[in-house]
Amino acid sequence: MRNPEIPVQLVNATKRYGSENVVNGFSFEAQPGEIVALLGPNGAGKTTSISMMLGLKRMTAGQATIFGHTPTDIAARQRTGIMLQESGLPATLKVREIVELFSRLYPKPISNQDAIEAAMLTHKSENRIANLSGGERQRLYFALAIIGDPDLLFLDEPTVGMDVTARNIFWERIRQMHARGKTIVLTTHYLEEADALAERIVVMNKGHQVAAGTPTEIKAGVMGKIVRFRSPRLALTSARLNALPGIDKVRTEDNRAELYTKTPEETVRALLNGDFDVHDLEVTGASLEEAFVALTTDPAA
Amino acid sequence: MSTLSTTTSASTIEHRGHRSALLYNVYCEIMKTIRVPIFAVSLFLLPAMLFSLFVLPSVNELQNGVSVGKYTMPSFGVYVVMMAGVFSTGITIANERGMKWNLLLRATPMKISTYFASKVIMALLIGAGAAIFLFAFARITAGVNLGIGLWAELLGTMLVAMLPFIALGLFLGYAVGPQAAAGVANLVVLPLSFMSGLFIPYESLPHFARIVAPYLPAYHSGQLGWHLIGAGDDTSVAVHLLWIAGYSLLFVVGAFFFYRRDEGKTFG
Repeated sequence: MRNPEIPVQLVNATKRYGSENVVNGFSFEAQPGEIVALLGPNGAGKTTSISMMLGLKRMTAGQATIFGHTPTDIAARQRTGIMLQESGLPATLKVREIVELFSRLYPKPISNQDAIEAAMLTHKSENRIANLSGGERQRLYFALAIIGDPDLLFLDEPTVGMDVTARNIFWERIRQMHARGKTIVLTTHYLEEADALAERIVVMNKGHQVAAGTPTEIKAGVMGKIVRFRSPRLALTSARLNALPGIDKVRTEDNRAELYTKTPEETVRALLNGDFDVHDLEVTGASLEEAFVALTTDPAA
Repeated sequence: MSTLSTTTSASTIEHRGHRSALLYNVYCEIMKTIRVPIFAVSLFLLPAMLFSLFVLPSVNELQNGVSVGKYTMPSFGVYVVMMAGVFSTGITIANERGMKWNLLLRATPMKISTYFASKVIMALLIGAGAAIFLFAFARITAGVNLGIGLWAELLGTMLVAMLPFIALGLFLGYAVGPQAAAGVANLVVLPLSFMSGLFIPYESLPHFARIVAPYLPAYHSGQLGWHLIGAGDDTSVAVHLLWIAGYSLLFVVGAFFFYRRDEGKTFG
């Protein structure tokens, strides 16, 4: 059922490459005016999902709509702006020329000057694209994504390779777009970025959704402690580690073990009472990234 | 300070009226091509050099009833528009596929018809530019003078003769990857030019080449021009036009096939 109010909707999408389902029955929706982040490690299927939502990749199964239209319809394209992870630009055109070209593709574009200023490229406006640095190219992609004043904005890993300053400025631009009522779908593998920008996070791994909620809910679900120790007899005892109380996840390498737990006291007590031959015991807070890794990687056998 | 950062309501953002995408895209296509130095060299400098080396010394001798200078205007004219057609579309399309520019472009509202129409119009304009440069060069250095009417007719003829090679450019652009595109294009255009009697007149070609030539598109393109200046062969212009139309169709079908294959790979 196509609803023209819903900016983007993906229903039960599957994408098969060879014998593998890169995206497996994934459904996703963005509400008007919200910023939603699609979060997951590399290879989770985020970019493929976005491509299917945009009609840039054919779905093996499933449906996608943008404002009720088929994504490849011009009516859908005219309301959508996209910043893609993998794309190129003609090297010999100037910045203002490519911006002008894109501007003419949309019914109600903003001025070239505004788009170039928002991307902080005013001083490079006469330069050829070949002469831009990596970061400047990223910003140009952003200018091209917003020149059409789209109601729906897709940003695919937009701050990869940016330094902290550039990233913060970029985040500010996103917040400004959001304040103007735009719907923004952001894919990222940085939990910090999803946390900073999104009202809602969908966590994706191995082609399907593993969690969804507000940033607070997601963090509460993953935050905890890591208990680390060394044991000369780890090879013999590692199988029993999973049976310890409070264990979310166990990782072992050589004779070192990492136990992820939200109840570290309980876990440590059981660890020390059990026959584990524990040395160099450490209990630390899991950083956001470590907690995220715990959520999205397979538990050790 | 940008209006984007200070305003919060959509109604206070200035929006521009709608302007033609096709015209500006043609401009961009032309800029993309002529800003690459190798194009300027291949389309303008090289033909001028070849003309100077091979034609100038004998420019007033006779060939097929007309002066060598006159005879080579369609010859070199076809060579130049052939290069322009194959390179301006073929190389740019191959490069754009290689750098995934087509992916980004597909995500915009640009119509596919606009994309291809721009490529074709750009190729015709560049071909016209290259031909005019050649004609002017011949006029200035060798005094070759067809008169303004005949020059104009020859230019128009060259643009018609160019069509199969624009189609060939589209074909190559989709069939071949960016690394190979320039090489393949040269491998096609140069032998084709020789075998069609563009550099060495048909009568002076080796035996096997004289047999093959009438089956080659560049031969018929050349004949359109030679007929115009009164040095044509015994076959009628209509037949030559038929060959040109036939080759154009063949290359367009080939281009379409490889375009679909590329679509499947990129967007499949």
